[in-house]
Amino acid sequence: MSAITRDEVAHLARLSRLALADEELDHFAAQLDVIIGAVARVAEVAADDIPPSSHALPLTNVYRPDEVRPSLTPDQALSGAPAVEDGRFRVPRILGEEA
Amino acid sequence: MSTETLMPYDEALERFEPVLGLETHVELGTASKMFCGCPTTFGAPPNTHVCPVCLALPGALPTANAAAIESTIRIGLALNCSIAEWCRFARKNYFYPDMPKNYQISQYDEPLCSDGYLDVEVDGKTVRIEIERVHLEEDTGKSTHVGGATGRIHGADYSIVDYNRAGIPLVEIVTKPIPGTDRLAPEVARAYGTELREVMRGLGVSDVRMEEGSMRFDVNVSLMPRGSSEWGTRTETKNVNSLRSVERSVRGEIERQAAILAGGGRIFQETRHFHENTGTTTSGRSKEEAQDYRYFPEPDLVPIAPDTAWVASLKAALPELPSARRKRLQQEWGVSDLDMAAMHNADAIGLVEATVAAGAPPADARKWWMGELARRANEAGVPLSELLITPDQIARVCAMVAGGALNDKLARQVLEGVLNGEGSPDEVVAARGLQIVNDEGELTAIIDQVLADNAAAADKVRSGKIAAVGALVGGVMKASRGKADAGRARELLLEKLGVSE
Repeated sequence: MSAITRDEVAHLARLSRLALADEELDHFAAQLDVIIGAVARVAEVAADDIPPSSHALPLTNVYRPDEVRPSLTPDQALSGAPAVEDGRFRVPRILGEEA
Repeated sequence: MSTETLMPYDEALERFEPVLGLETHVELGTASKMFCGCPTTFGAPPNTHVCPVCLALPGALPTANAAAIESTIRIGLALNCSIAEWCRFARKNYFYPDMPKNYQISQYDEPLCSDGYLDVEVDGKTVRIEIERVHLEEDTGKSTHVGGATGRIHGADYSIVDYNRAGIPLVEIVTKPIPGTDRLAPEVARAYGTELREVMRGLGVSDVRMEEGSMRFDVNVSLMPRGSSEWGTRTETKNVNSLRSVERSVRGEIERQAAILAGGGRIFQETRHFHENTGTTTSGRSKEEAQDYRYFPEPDLVPIAPDTAWVASLKAALPELPSARRKRLQQEWGVSDLDMAAMHNADAIGLVEATVAAGAPPADARKWWMGELARRANEAGVPLSELLITPDQIARVCAMVAGGALNDKLARQVLEGVLNGEGSPDEVVAARGLQIVNDEGELTAIIDQVLADNAAAADKVRSGKIAAVGALVGGVMKASRGKADAGRARELLLEKLGVSE
């Protein structure tokens, strides 16, 4: 039984801005199916006495005090940017694909 | 931008009933960001308050700011919410360059605070606004859209992004749907925004400067035909950045939706943009498509589990809330509901309170702030709090009037001098020579001169027409350039003319 459909992979690809070819959709649908199946096996051992968790460590309330630390310089901050303008990160047109 | 048909507000309200909902974002006034130590101060040069964490450089990990957690809980408590005993941050995934991580750390199905309320007063009635949730997240970066005709995102060639704001702790306060406001919907929305801002101020958790975006509203409106009990489809107007705009956006959206529904059309669930200059909204992205955020528990942060005793101590230490404070002050000052509402609307209560604290009688403090100073602020187009005069200075002027050194007319000149930057009230009095003429000799000399110059009027008074003395008092005030004590001048005039009242 295939839980992940081709359409769902296409939808995810669009949300992630990935251009996938038709044969890739099939390919990834099958792969994602295997991954989901593997993860689902966790449910088989999850008994009522095991609370759901989202973190590997049994910790709560890990905070830092509200103290300012040095930031990067603008040059450092922008050093990895593909394009820079006016001290800012320059990015391609945002709504172009919806226009 | 296409122009849309609007139905006049009164007609819209005859045919439809609005249901409101408000989402408010408040930037917390912490020194550092939510998940890193970058400063949060407004107005710094672009990309100077950024670090590997808020730029999402590989391997950087967030750590939650303790003060932001505390502030959020205090907000929840002030809004009568339950505080979660255990909750988590969640990842909100979306592809948009205002967050370099490609997700925003927020909260989803486990908000820190839930199920509260805030009472607001509209038209003399108390309206209870139910609060759905209060949760903590991080603010986004600021995009500037380049190219295109309007500087807006639509039609832009590209955008440039400053991440100074990205990661500033942001609290989102969401109301439950608010039905039953009827034709007062715009006023209720505004009153809620005003009250919420005062609560934030009272708690000291945010500077709530709307013009700097540290408090902003998303306004949801839907309409249903009168007599129907089924709510209509809502629209969400984003980033409404002043209290006046909250009111206008509700009104405008009611007029727009009513025209569409009355014409047989349907409302689509969508995000709309508010335009400050026209008070209208235009369509933004469609909500259904943008809604796929794939929330999941944030794996880089551990759960929040506020200690019950600590939450109780925060609750016990909450400051007096604005509505309770207003009730107390109204009693202390002995003013009517109407006067209190007027002071509230003019944002004058804190100023009057400070003036009273500086020693002025409440009635005098209120008289100056709501009279002369309100007029000046209105002329200058600024809020009262931005006038260049302090409550202490008003109290000093009140003391001088009470002590007989000034009359009201001179006091107004003193206020004018202070507002002009001529110095303290005492300095203005000295520099402008505004002391009341208390020297009886000087006053008598002026009176003699006035009587000599106005023989006809003097005769009228002598013959018993006491009302005519007014013109003579006026002459004395004029000759003294307003500095005479008018009451004393009148007494002396009558005495000299040999008549009594």
